[in-house]
Amino acid sequence: MRDASPKAGGRATAVRFALMAVPLAFFGLFFAYPVAAIVGRGLKTDEGWQFGRIGEVLARPDIAGVLWFTTWQAFASTVLTLLVALPGAYVFARLEFPGKQLLRALVTVPFVLPTVVVGSAFLALVGRGGLLDELWGVRLDTTVWAILLAHVFFNYAVVVRTVGGLWAQLDPRQEEAARVLGAGRFAAWRRVTLPALGPAVAAASLMVFLFTFTSFGVVQILGGPSYSTLEVEVYRQTAQLLDLPTAAVLTMVQFAAVGLILAVHARTVRRREGALRLVDPAQTAHRPRGRSQRILLGGVLLSVALLIVAPLAVLVERSFDAPGGYGLGFYRALQDAGAGGGTFLVPPLEAIWNSLQYALAATAIALFVGGLAAAALTRRGGSFVRGFDALLMLPLGVSAVTVGFGFLITLDEPPLDLRTSWILVPLAQALVGVPFVVRTMLPVLRAVDGRLREAAAVLGASPLRAWREVDLPLVRRALLIAAGFAFAVSLGEFGATVFIARPDHPTLPVAVARLLGRAGEMNYGQAMALSTILMLVCAVSLLLLERLRPATTSGEF
Amino acid sequence: MSTTKKIAGAALVAALGVGTLSACGGGDAKDKPAGASDAPKSKTITLVSHDSFNVTDTVLKEFEQQSGYTVKVLKSGDAGAALNQEILTKGSPRGDVFFGVDNTLLSRALDNGIFTPYQAKGLDQVKPEFVLDQQHRVTPVDSGDICVNYDKAYFADKKIAPPQTLDDLTKPEYKNLLVTENAATSSPGLGFLLASVGKYGEDGWKDYWSKLKANGVEVVDGWEQAYNERFSGSAGGKKAKGDRPLVVSYASSPPVEVLYGEPQPAEAPTGVATGTCFRQVEFAGLLKGAKNEEGGKALIDFLVGKKFQEDMPLQMFVNPVIKDAKLPEVFTKHGVVVEKPETVAPDAIAKNRDQWVKAWSSLVVK
Repeated sequence: MRDASPKAGGRATAVRFALMAVPLAFFGLFFAYPVAAIVGRGLKTDEGWQFGRIGEVLARPDIAGVLWFTTWQAFASTVLTLLVALPGAYVFARLEFPGKQLLRALVTVPFVLPTVVVGSAFLALVGRGGLLDELWGVRLDTTVWAILLAHVFFNYAVVVRTVGGLWAQLDPRQEEAARVLGAGRFAAWRRVTLPALGPAVAAASLMVFLFTFTSFGVVQILGGPSYSTLEVEVYRQTAQLLDLPTAAVLTMVQFAAVGLILAVHARTVRRREGALRLVDPAQTAHRPRGRSQRILLGGVLLSVALLIVAPLAVLVERSFDAPGGYGLGFYRALQDAGAGGGTFLVPPLEAIWNSLQYALAATAIALFVGGLAAAALTRRGGSFVRGFDALLMLPLGVSAVTVGFGFLITLDEPPLDLRTSWILVPLAQALVGVPFVVRTMLPVLRAVDGRLREAAAVLGASPLRAWREVDLPLVRRALLIAAGFAFAVSLGEFGATVFIARPDHPTLPVAVARLLGRAGEMNYGQAMALSTILMLVCAVSLLLLERLRPATTSGEF
Repeated sequence: MSTTKKIAGAALVAALGVGTLSACGGGDAKDKPAGASDAPKSKTITLVSHDSFNVTDTVLKEFEQQSGYTVKVLKSGDAGAALNQEILTKGSPRGDVFFGVDNTLLSRALDNGIFTPYQAKGLDQVKPEFVLDQQHRVTPVDSGDICVNYDKAYFADKKIAPPQTLDDLTKPEYKNLLVTENAATSSPGLGFLLASVGKYGEDGWKDYWSKLKANGVEVVDGWEQAYNERFSGSAGGKKAKGDRPLVVSYASSPPVEVLYGEPQPAEAPTGVATGTCFRQVEFAGLLKGAKNEEGGKALIDFLVGKKFQEDMPLQMFVNPVIKDAKLPEVFTKHGVVVEKPETVAPDAIAKNRDQWVKAWSSLVVK
């Protein structure tokens, strides 16, 4: 948009607003309005707004305890994740080893798995009778360590992908040059590589902090009744106690905190987009050289095996541990509704088909909305546009129960009486998918050289044609990656889905939760088998993404 | 909601929904468009319930054929969450009938006035002790007992008799054996707390829990963890190497272990301590503002009818409330009859529930 004539400038603004209309309407209608309505229900009585309640709730000692725990565990989890995952980021970025692609897909699987599944798998690792217990007699299931380690398990991929993605593209010759000039190995790394990586590390830390600050399933399953985060407390106050005033205050506190984290994040991301000398990652990776690199590689592989592969493997093992020896017994049982006495309205296997359909629909919505938003944000604008960028991330920081209950009291009039409609499921899933789409597409779109478009225009192409011929080929792979991520995230989405999924169309995570909610060996085994299938579907879609990984993006996920 | 917003919303939904999503629409073909349901003779009945609701397909089909209605079921979370959603949408309900409010939450439902009174046909067949609301705003549908279950093999190995009463659980031979659920978040957890209130009274239950705590009771958040992970007697717990041979679960859990055993064991691996039980009764009610009141009434009649009542035990693992319903063999053979369950009046529960749970939390959990 270098054309300075007022007419063209006006048109650019018009285009930007046209592009933003759909994402704005989508977020306004399916996020801001429901959330505002449920918060309003809690804070407003017939006598007007009761802002005094905010002070009352925050002064309660139990609430203060929740706030303190939420904050410090998020800090501790973030530090621990960085300690474990930064060496991993280096290894994935700079070293070549067999099975690298498979492993990179594998470490991302936890990120998209529903916590109901992971909690159970994780207990098998650190709980009583778990692997650590059998090897060294270490049990962590009643301590806060279980929560912290599970957070590392979930967020390992965020650091590896965000930091590793950039690390792979840093020109190693700069560090080499420093060493030639006499700097020691550590000094060269500290003076050259670290400053270049700094913003990416900061961005990754903030994302991990955000995800652990708003942690729900992990804390609920592993924390037991003695540990509670804001998100868990919002759920309890809303769904169980119907104490809407308290829930509203807590939602606002979390909202403010998340807003702050996102604002800082937006700043670091902008800094990261500053000029760095980037090269093709294929040129920087090499086979491990020397003893120290081999030890590093071994250490990273060991930590991945223990922390990430082991819990997943336990899950798979249990799914095959059918009565009468290892086999496919539980998988076969998934096929018929009448398994062991007839209790399911639909065969659990049908849940896979439902999940795929919902996830496809959610992906389409997320791509459409997120794509338009990314396109609008590419056109650089003032602080309003940057604010919008952060705004799109807010759904990641708001409890699913808040959104779900908000839907109930807002989407209740025709033509928007969607409360009993199946479309609510993909809509809710898309809310979580859009931020991923935007974050994946934006760096690529911004990297498209504006002069190419201008050249096309000079050669007589219409704006649409220029977009099709210039932008599309360049972003096609990013688009596919965004689609894959949105797909995997919707596949695993549980929080909102559990409130709105139609019982005759349960999704995979919902079906797993239902099976786990019943006694009996066949139910338990089928839950493990379904979880394994879910894991497999996620892993396959992530593996396909690995193949598509574009050479030149530094997208975040 | 303003008109512009409505139009914008509708256009957006249309833009997002049509086309790409047609694949998902197949199963919903029988749903009526929103406008049609206001017609005087609606043919769809919507039942709102919690996650545990289930019915055999053929039983429901038979009702649909005989009545000419189509039944659509919505499940919305656990029992507490499902009821709270009905309270939030009072006056503009998502469905016609709500099933799944139990005696621990009954007063919350009645105080919020979400139901229209209706005396079901066949209510005379329901055992009178279950009819807790004389205005018939709710109709009893099933009952179940929350009881301590024990791992038979553990107690046989150790040659100790399993506990039978609440008092037994505080004895030294059962130290560190019991796992229960958080009363604040889990309905069996709350039921077990109420059993102690029923037995020792509003003044005595805290003493009892102090003793239980001194005797090493462990509290986990939900039934799934307690039963599938920690309890050594369940199929899941065996695999997870559960370390607690006593768990708070349901009187119907042993038959379920048999039913889903592969192959089915000749005898249930777990037993029930019948002196530790709290009786739960679940109700259904016609929602105020229901679009299809006539259909809703027919559905409530069906829920207390013999066909559904006899189908329930194997679908939801609860007991019928009508006099002449036959129990399936697996229940009569492996289940127990709880002669004297503890109960607490719904009013007392409504008045004190939150306060009890808070006191319990600070006593046991913190």
